[in-house]
Amino acid sequence: MTLDERLRQQAERSPNKTAIHVQHAGRPDLAISYDELWYRAARYAQAYQREGVRPGEVIVLILQHGEDLLYAFWGAIACGVIPSIMPFLTEKLSPEQYRSDLRALISVTQPAAVVTYPEFEDQVREALANDRIVRAVISTRGINEASGSTFAVDNYAPRSADDIVLLQHSSGTTGLQKGVALSHRAVLNQLDAYGRAIDLRAGDVIVSWLPLYHDMGLIAGFLLPILEGIPLVLSSPFDWVRAPWRLLQAVSQYRGTHSWLPNFAYNFMAQKVRDRYLEGVNLESWRTVINCSEPVRWESHRAFFQRFEKFGLRRGSLQTCYAMAENVFGVTQSDLRSEPAVEDLDRAAFMEAHSARPAVMSGPSMRVMSSGKPLSNTRVQILDAHGTPVPDATVGEIAIQSDCMLTGYYNRPDADKKAFHDGWFLTGDYGYLSQGELYVAGRKKDLIIVGGKNIYPQDLEALSYEVPGIHPGRSVAFGVFNEELGTEDVCMVAEADSEDAVQQQRLADLIRQHVTKSSAIALRHVRVVGPKWILKTSSGKTARVANRDKFLRESSDSGTQ
Amino acid sequence: MQEELILQLESHVATRILKQPGRRIAADEPIISSGLIDSFNLVDVALYVEDTFGVRITDTELNSGTFDTLGQLAALIEQRRGRA
Repeated sequence: MTLDERLRQQAERSPNKTAIHVQHAGRPDLAISYDELWYRAARYAQAYQREGVRPGEVIVLILQHGEDLLYAFWGAIACGVIPSIMPFLTEKLSPEQYRSDLRALISVTQPAAVVTYPEFEDQVREALANDRIVRAVISTRGINEASGSTFAVDNYAPRSADDIVLLQHSSGTTGLQKGVALSHRAVLNQLDAYGRAIDLRAGDVIVSWLPLYHDMGLIAGFLLPILEGIPLVLSSPFDWVRAPWRLLQAVSQYRGTHSWLPNFAYNFMAQKVRDRYLEGVNLESWRTVINCSEPVRWESHRAFFQRFEKFGLRRGSLQTCYAMAENVFGVTQSDLRSEPAVEDLDRAAFMEAHSARPAVMSGPSMRVMSSGKPLSNTRVQILDAHGTPVPDATVGEIAIQSDCMLTGYYNRPDADKKAFHDGWFLTGDYGYLSQGELYVAGRKKDLIIVGGKNIYPQDLEALSYEVPGIHPGRSVAFGVFNEELGTEDVCMVAEADSEDAVQQQRLADLIRQHVTKSSAIALRHVRVVGPKWILKTSSGKTARVANRDKFLRESSDSGTQ
Repeated sequence: MQEELILQLESHVATRILKQPGRRIAADEPIISSGLIDSFNLVDVALYVEDTFGVRITDTELNSGTFDTLGQLAALIEQRRGRA
């Protein structure tokens, strides 16, 4: 079985059933039936074939969240072309940087074509410059205006279950250079196992605003509902962040049953949604709200529940999941019949001895929340630094095995080799197992996770060196957990030659602006300091944790950050 | 009048959003397109303006096309207050 066969089946079996309700702020909702979805996708498929894009080749989609993206994506799958969704240019990001990101993506994935809007074609062509890899830049205009009436995809080359069906790129500048290649079989195995873990059944409705270039949005909030015949109510991250109450209104209006949210969204919604936007909203249908894609916090669930209980939200609806693109999506899922388990740990033992011991009455404790048990098709073990499995309640690297693993990092055999140890995929996340439940404890690398987005500090540091007055090796970026927001703040400390406060503030502004323009990541705190502030390891590397601690110490001494 | 409004907005953005009390923001300094405040703070700005000045900024207006500087935001507030 392949994804296109599955979609075609849905279209043949129930052509008039609504597959997707597309929501756009300021416009009426648009209902797309399976028939319409298949028909419009087929037009894209025909356009790809006209441009000579062959099955098994990659096509990069540069489109905003909305109708065109849905059709362009399914059109690729319908004709065996491998879609890869590139995040669209945001107003914060400079066009130069965007073009350079696009070039990075193209150099690794070697796509045959790019699909974009007519008004964005020039940007894309400029990025391609003299490059001979991309054979066609396909505009959505021609496709939408084409009067093609044929339903079938011509010259359809049947795909096999082991062929690659799509590429997922993790976010962040570095992430674009590593595309996770997934087979039809892997995706369908995941949907099958995950659908059972969340008790998905006829009558359910999935509501999502998550981006489709991220696994949580693409798999849970897009492929799962469409291929399982569950109606999807789809809005965009752009609209959600400006009006988070629309998600709740949509759940109420469409009797939504399932949604996925990154941890910060629980805090964000608990804090920013006013009652006046929720008149008549009823959340009783919302059976399962799953916290996934950044570290899960019990405090965030509590705040969310307390805020929306009076609108019918049930405490037992709040669930957790641990997921990664390399396993298609879900690795573990909490048991829906109860609330996710929590453990109160001895903070010192956890920090110093990597041991998850119960808290003692007198000492400082920390509350951790389980991400649930492995899916039926996935095995999880915890390894020490030598790759040896460790006993329960001991923190180590999370390793996984399943029948839905990635085929490989696309065109990156070097990355494949590093990712596996003895047939186990090394996730790069730390965690421990207790009574069969997985507790995720942090990242092996100095990765900063903000709102589910992975940010490599070295990328931000490299950008800061482009600011005149900041020398290479003289800045450090790190994440500081923000209790109020439920996610990390991105912070940077940079050294300047000058000790003058006004000069330093000016440099801090320049860094902030440049980093944002070049990465679309907003720095929460930028501090410019005098020479010799930054701590280095004996080998001359920047010690991020030590510098973060120093930053926090000085911030609390001065009473500000 | 508008100067006073700008000062009030400046103080709110510096203290509550940037958490840098005393931070100066010029009236013509881009705050959205420059990334000074990120998209997660746009709702805060709208709620603050609504609570403090009784002026509604809808979510579809929360982009640099509607206002990108404190001066433009102040002008928008005055214009809508004048209409009310």
